[in-house]
Amino acid sequence: MAVPSNIETTFLLGRLDWNAIPQDPIVWATGVVVVIGGAGLLWMLHKYRLWSYLWHEWFTTVDHKKIGIMYVVLALVMFVRGFADAIMMRLQQAIAFGGSEGYLNSHHYDQIFSAHGVIMIFFVAMPFVTGLMNYVVPLQIGARDVSFPFLNNLSFWMTVGGAVLTMASLFVGEFAQTGWLAFPPLSGLGSSPYVGVDYYIWGLQVAGVGTTLSGINLLVTIIKMRAPGMTMMRMPIFTWTSLCTNILIVASFPVLTATLVLLTLDRYVGTNFFTNDLGGNAMMYVNLIWIWGHPEVYILILPLFGVYSEVVATFTGKRLFGYTSMVYATVCITILSYLVWLHHFFTMGSGASVNSFFGITTMIISVPTGAKIFNWLFTMYRSRIRFELPMMWTIAFMLTFVIGGMTGVLLAVPPADFVLHNSLFLVAHFHNVIIGGVLFGLFAAVYYWWPKAFGFRLDPWWGKVSFWFWVVGFWVAFAPLYILGLMGVTRRVRVFDDPSLQIWFVIAAFGAVLIAIGIAAMFIQFGVSIARRDQLRDETGDPWDGRTLEWATSSPPPAYNFAFTPVSHGLDTWWDMKRYGQTRPRATYVPIHMPRNTGTGVIIAGLSTICGFALVWYIWWLAALSFAGIVIASIIHTFNYARDYHIPAEEVRATEDARDRQLASAGV
Amino acid sequence: MTHFFKRLSWLAPLPLLAGCEAVVLRPSGDIAARQAELLVQSTLLMLIIIVPVMALTVWFAWRYRASNRQATYNPDWDHSTKLELVIWAIPLLIIVCLGALTWVGTHLLDPYRPLDRIDAQTPVSNQQPLQVQVVAMDWKWLFIYPEQGVASVNELAVPVDRPVQFTLTATSVMNAFYIPAMAGMIYAMPGMQTTLHGVFNEAGEYQGLASHYSGHGFSGMRFKAHALDGAGFDSWVAQAADSGETLDRARYLELEKPSENVAPMAFAPVDPQLFSRVVNMCVEDGRMCMAEMMAYDAQGGLGLPGIANVTVLAEAGRGTPRPVLGLPPFQVTGICTVEELDRMLASAAPAESTPRDMSPLRGRALEAPQGILGRNLIPNRLTQTTPPAGADQNL
Repeated sequence: MAVPSNIETTFLLGRLDWNAIPQDPIVWATGVVVVIGGAGLLWMLHKYRLWSYLWHEWFTTVDHKKIGIMYVVLALVMFVRGFADAIMMRLQQAIAFGGSEGYLNSHHYDQIFSAHGVIMIFFVAMPFVTGLMNYVVPLQIGARDVSFPFLNNLSFWMTVGGAVLTMASLFVGEFAQTGWLAFPPLSGLGSSPYVGVDYYIWGLQVAGVGTTLSGINLLVTIIKMRAPGMTMMRMPIFTWTSLCTNILIVASFPVLTATLVLLTLDRYVGTNFFTNDLGGNAMMYVNLIWIWGHPEVYILILPLFGVYSEVVATFTGKRLFGYTSMVYATVCITILSYLVWLHHFFTMGSGASVNSFFGITTMIISVPTGAKIFNWLFTMYRSRIRFELPMMWTIAFMLTFVIGGMTGVLLAVPPADFVLHNSLFLVAHFHNVIIGGVLFGLFAAVYYWWPKAFGFRLDPWWGKVSFWFWVVGFWVAFAPLYILGLMGVTRRVRVFDDPSLQIWFVIAAFGAVLIAIGIAAMFIQFGVSIARRDQLRDETGDPWDGRTLEWATSSPPPAYNFAFTPVSHGLDTWWDMKRYGQTRPRATYVPIHMPRNTGTGVIIAGLSTICGFALVWYIWWLAALSFAGIVIASIIHTFNYARDYHIPAEEVRATEDARDRQLASAGV
Repeated sequence: MTHFFKRLSWLAPLPLLAGCEAVVLRPSGDIAARQAELLVQSTLLMLIIIVPVMALTVWFAWRYRASNRQATYNPDWDHSTKLELVIWAIPLLIIVCLGALTWVGTHLLDPYRPLDRIDAQTPVSNQQPLQVQVVAMDWKWLFIYPEQGVASVNELAVPVDRPVQFTLTATSVMNAFYIPAMAGMIYAMPGMQTTLHGVFNEAGEYQGLASHYSGHGFSGMRFKAHALDGAGFDSWVAQAADSGETLDRARYLELEKPSENVAPMAFAPVDPQLFSRVVNMCVEDGRMCMAEMMAYDAQGGLGLPGIANVTVLAEAGRGTPRPVLGLPPFQVTGICTVEELDRMLASAAPAESTPRDMSPLRGRALEAPQGILGRNLIPNRLTQTTPPAGADQNL
């Protein structure tokens, strides 16, 4: 598709016209599938009268558990899209040799690699991690919900809004062709005059509001809402890593927002922050975006370090080795992550002293990270390891991640970076840490906490199929990229002329197919497990012999999580309770004070999405109207006094009695 | 220790790369070779810890599997001060070694540092490096040889065993210049100037490429880098000089327009100030050079008249569309006469790059930075030419 060169703007529709529909059979086919699938879904919802259920029980919910699940669903849906991009890239690079242009033109291919990065980071990894923290943290600290339940709902829907804008770019207009960080001057109006970068900007801004608010929310929750007795140094390690991650979110996402605002001003009103002339400096953008971008990496990985710690301690049946040093390591990483951003652009001509400083600070991060690996290792020492799926993912992580860590330190050596920067070695490195660290951890977490969320385990056979295809597929897909990087092949290239490279790209594409089977097996596993949920049922609420408080309540937990606020007397609170034979309190039940559902989050996020869309297409009246709508909806919400309700004591008693019977029948 | 690693360094690529050409590990230029050496040394240094960790992971996982009832089970053992000291100290020690290696290596292999040796045996004598000015365009590379007065597009030729000093900039977007066989990459950015030193030790034809994504024509932004012997280079220059096509500012502006997969071209003669004008973003007539602007600013700026000293651009070409809510694109009008500018840009000839203190371990080959305490740090050392006597300094 050719970008319209002279774009007429009309009052009613701005830049939007028929030319905005991409002239691309691949996109059309996707569009047809989406329309048919979407229509089928809507018909099903209508047929089974699920609209009211969805709206009242899920969309408007302020229950942290349901919001957490919705985050994960969003992440899984976007994961499929992001992976489709990956497969298309692998296919293109595997065939575009010997004079062949492949099957993607540059306009399409450049959008794909940009969208792949943006979607995987902002709309897969971020919501997945946020959803996990949302679900688990309040349970682990013995709280009834997060500090600001309405804000939680709003954050989720803002994230969805950003995802919707990004997805809309596939069918209406185009996405950015700039790479996932949209460096100017390429992302400036001169080189990217059409809507791609605008979609990027407004998609991230809308989602960014959600991320920042959710960061504040969880931060306050962890600091203020811990169960009595749970001092900072008694918090489960996952809660600790979540705390550090949310500190990073709160401190770094505003930088992203501000940077994108400056870019927006450059593009919309002709300021010159990042332009080539008239005093602009594109290097400033590069610095700013990486001052957000590097902490972002740790935002993603830290909670998963927490997951691995929980999983290792649980499945080895042993206390986590070196809890204190684990906590300090996490805090070290949190602080150091702000001192390393320049290692993303050693090759932009900083002096040797600057480069060595940032190179060495980067290497120093590997010390606390190394300590963490050793802590997991010595937790395994003299333990009894049960190789359930979460533990398998953890072992796979330990073996994969150390390689990714090693190549990362290698890239932190500036002279080595000069030959490896922008190469496929770099691409292999960050996939090695993000797949081998973040994604493996997320899978471990899903298998680990699924029984808590739904009351039944996941089918282990399909899980193992998925595991082996994923792990083997990962290495088959990315080992060739390491090799290609050492052969001097750089990233984001669409067409190659050296035929000797092709075999490596073919192997990598084969690896991507293995991963695709792994993903399919995972979805089959979800389906099979739901179908066989009665055989896989867990009545105890503690299927893995867990150690932390979330296992103390039923699976799935009641809306109020705990009938009585638990009291912590040390680390591994639930383990201690079990060991000392503590019984469930059955004193006089009292009504429980809970937050009430509200639709305001959906409305505000919907209006924000419309506003973003209007700004992308220069539809000013719609932007003004929807912005006014956001303000009005927010004001109206402040007058909503029906914000809470009490679960009557009888209902609590009934729920808890049912739980007693369930436990008795399970023989606990 | 370094010596030991050097002896081992052939081991590293072996298992992975038997049979394929890993140009990054087997380059043909001294700088890239030293970068590769450092890469291998760092890898081996890290493997000291990576290999035991991976082995222990597998061994513990096997040994302490739940079905093995022979293994000791110690569920409450969760702390050992000695062990924790060790697990923090070992990575730290390795990072200390690696950090030292990094500090020295980064300074020695800094792309701005003039070469001190041609290869491991040959130090640089009084030979001046070959100057090559590089302009990253949409989407092709322009190479200007100021000493030879020739220029080429998408084809680079340099003599073997002679240091080359690349001076780089770009026309519209960021790009990175990379000849894997010669030296590491360096960014080329509009309105900015970067420097890269390198040398080829073996004659041959090598791949050069753009390594930072720069837009639709990015994939085709490749060029052949020829490393030729002295006679071969001279005849290449002579051939380019025979091309008969002048590269002046008008031809440059034509060349600058976006094009993809451009076949090699040659130009001679070349406007000697073309590169300075590209860096200063004033190839077009009437546009104020950045150096001129900085010189005014250094003297306090143009004041209020400066606001009016702009011209609206008639044609909104690539790089200058009108923002939807903003002013039409404009440029600052140059004030200096052509002669004044010529003098100004001529005085900005690149400073000679004689190797300085080359004692390797201190890595202090670079000029000390001249910041607020030292000399003025105007990037390309331009000063406004002295105005004629009696002229108003404040314009």
